[in-house]
Amino acid sequence: MNFFEVFELPRRLAIDGDQLQRQFYALARRTHPDFHQAAPPAERAAVEERAALVNAAYRTLRDPVARVDYLVRLEEGRATKEGSEARPQAPPALLAEMFEIQEALAEAKAGALDDAARDGLREQRDRLRERYAAEETRLRGPLAERWDAASAAERPAALAALKEALATRAYLRTVIADLAEALGEEEPGVAHHRH
Amino acid sequence: MSRIIGIDLGTTNSLVAYVEATTGLPQVIPDAEGRRLLPSVVGFTPDGLIVGEAARRQLARRSADTVYSVKRLMGRDYGDLKDELAYLPFHLVPADGTVKLRVGGREVTPAEVSAVVLKALKDRAERHFGEPVDKAVITVPAYFNDAQRQATRDAGRIAGLDVVRIVNEPTAASLAYGLQRLKSGVIAVYDLGGGTFDVSILRVKDGVFEVLATNGDTHLGGDDFDRVLLLWLLEDLQSCHHAELARDGVEVARDPELMQELRLAAEAAKIRLSADERTTLTLPLPGFTYRRDVTRAEVERLIEPLVARTLNPCRRALADAGLTAADIEQVVLVGGSTRVPLVRRRVQELFGRTPHSQLNPDEVVALGAAVQAHILAGGITDMLLLDVTPLSLGIESLGGIVNVLIPRNTTVPTSAREMFTTSVDGQTLVDLHVVQGERELVKDCRSLGRFELRIEPMPAGMPKIEVTFLIDANGILQVQAREQRSGKAASIEVKPTYGLSETEIERMIEDSFTYAEADVETRMLIEARNEADTVLTHAGRALRQGGDLVTSAERAAIETAVAALRAARDSDDRDRIHEATTGVNRATEHLAEVLMDAALKGALGSRRATEILKEPQ
Repeated sequence: MNFFEVFELPRRLAIDGDQLQRQFYALARRTHPDFHQAAPPAERAAVEERAALVNAAYRTLRDPVARVDYLVRLEEGRATKEGSEARPQAPPALLAEMFEIQEALAEAKAGALDDAARDGLREQRDRLRERYAAEETRLRGPLAERWDAASAAERPAALAALKEALATRAYLRTVIADLAEALGEEEPGVAHHRH
Repeated sequence: MSRIIGIDLGTTNSLVAYVEATTGLPQVIPDAEGRRLLPSVVGFTPDGLIVGEAARRQLARRSADTVYSVKRLMGRDYGDLKDELAYLPFHLVPADGTVKLRVGGREVTPAEVSAVVLKALKDRAERHFGEPVDKAVITVPAYFNDAQRQATRDAGRIAGLDVVRIVNEPTAASLAYGLQRLKSGVIAVYDLGGGTFDVSILRVKDGVFEVLATNGDTHLGGDDFDRVLLLWLLEDLQSCHHAELARDGVEVARDPELMQELRLAAEAAKIRLSADERTTLTLPLPGFTYRRDVTRAEVERLIEPLVARTLNPCRRALADAGLTAADIEQVVLVGGSTRVPLVRRRVQELFGRTPHSQLNPDEVVALGAAVQAHILAGGITDMLLLDVTPLSLGIESLGGIVNVLIPRNTTVPTSAREMFTTSVDGQTLVDLHVVQGERELVKDCRSLGRFELRIEPMPAGMPKIEVTFLIDANGILQVQAREQRSGKAASIEVKPTYGLSETEIERMIEDSFTYAEADVETRMLIEARNEADTVLTHAGRALRQGGDLVTSAERAAIETAVAALRAARDSDDRDRIHEATTGVNRATEHLAEVLMDAALKGALGSRRATEILKEPQ
């Protein structure tokens, strides 16, 4: 049973958060181990598995980006082999564009940063943060809507666009974190996603 | 379903509670004397075990054989505790995967000591209900790791309790508040106890208590406040009274009994300063009485860095919940240390709101445990607690890097599946190292254990072993493995890095019955003897210090009473010991007043009380 099926939802990216939460609470009430204490061990184990599935489905679907990532894997038949696939490659154009930043980063790692270089890196990071936010907005907005509206024939292209946006976002996040590290500043909410 | 009790197994105090059927409200079960808190102190005496208030009273006299704050040792090993060893009066020895305490001529694990406290609470509940009780919900700090949770569950089993659920303390507190006082919305629970700190962010809606994020420090609490205060007082005592100490040959720092008394005096002063701006601390020493005025401002300056350490976990929990302080609609204070005004101020500043503290912060966790117990027993069906795992769970991969399988703050129960195979032809063993923590390198995380998968010999890469890591609603890990080709469950041998093996627990369960699991009568006799010893020590000291301040007739009366108590103390007649103890108390009443008076007037410094009294008024 996939995560959309757990919540009896179509494979669409537009999900009403409040509705999802209400349904999560309703499902949790049915499957939470608290309410099955008196059941035989085998049934309790099954309930626990089911509760874990409901929790995982909610965790994924409530987050608009995780939702896209899951949908892409589901459509490509990789949803059940978590972590076993390599990350999708960032678009070549982006890699070329980042060449300059990567060089600056390499220099920063090799030696101490002077104030000008530090300011330069900080400026780059701020610019990339904006771009990262824009990419996320595009992913959650127009690209998600395009998928939801796509006919069967249009779906592969809509999916490819989602996939590329995800890869771009992931790549940007890594570069931003590297910049933050070079600057000796912690990037909130980014560092721990990396391993 | 049979009755389930709720237990708060605290660092300093423990409590037991249940939900009263007619009102549906949780209640603390008092002991026969009406006391609600059971000090989490266990004394190992030649006559047997004592627990609670009686053990607390002998802390100074038998410091090496009286164990307190054992919760700080649960699920930890010797290496973790190096920094603390210097402060602990009892003797710790390294043991396989845990530590042991050498007390009363034997070695016991922290779980066994906690079991003594749990057993006392179980007895309390059984007396209250007039029937056996064998199921319990026990609370732990939210930030406890797998090993610490397992140790707590082991303690329950050793005490003869089936621990049906381990619940996080801040979430338990939210359940107690939730019954009557909480509005729907996002709440923060700030829980600073005797030895641990937790913060949890929850969303409460439609009877569901959903934990969004939790964070904390399992080694930060009121004990640490006491410790900095103790060290400060020690320095003050040694520098201001150097001459007297040298004269009397007293080395305070090397005298465990005096250090315990100074610690207890520091703790008592800290508690008084939550209500008062200043207080006077007195410590009777062999030749004189140490007396020091302490102000709240002085203590606040000492504990400020410790209080500040609680704020970062709060910020991290907010960030993990995807919220800012402004999103928090209600703040709940839990744990005795939240009575400290500085703590309240800092919490209020951080969240920008006045915290709730209507429910007694010492009792609210136990009340919540009782509510969760009632839910599990089927007594409440419209409340549900959805908790999270506090720490990320991962396995070691190449280069000692942690591969995170379950991120922190994931709602439990939760599971992760991972495929494994072999790298060498005919390989029959796959070794998995499971760790918990937020760091990228295995060596910086907490090792939970090694799992050895045994498989049929096959060419390299052929076996497909699916391993399922499940964190259950207790926050405890279960691991299962299945070889996909055969569909057979693969055998797993678990080698926990910390904690007790099944055989050890079995042995401890048996041993616990042969302990001074003596009947109530024996225990009360031991308590009476201890009380007698305390009174004798005090009387002796009072006579030495102020014997010449009272008439010879009064002195003779005290000496007679003391002799009577000495004789009674070794008898088996509890009533006689009690009577003789009361006799000494009565005989020394006036002398105690005289001494106290002298000490109070002795603001002049360290002169002996006798010298002051001889001065003309």
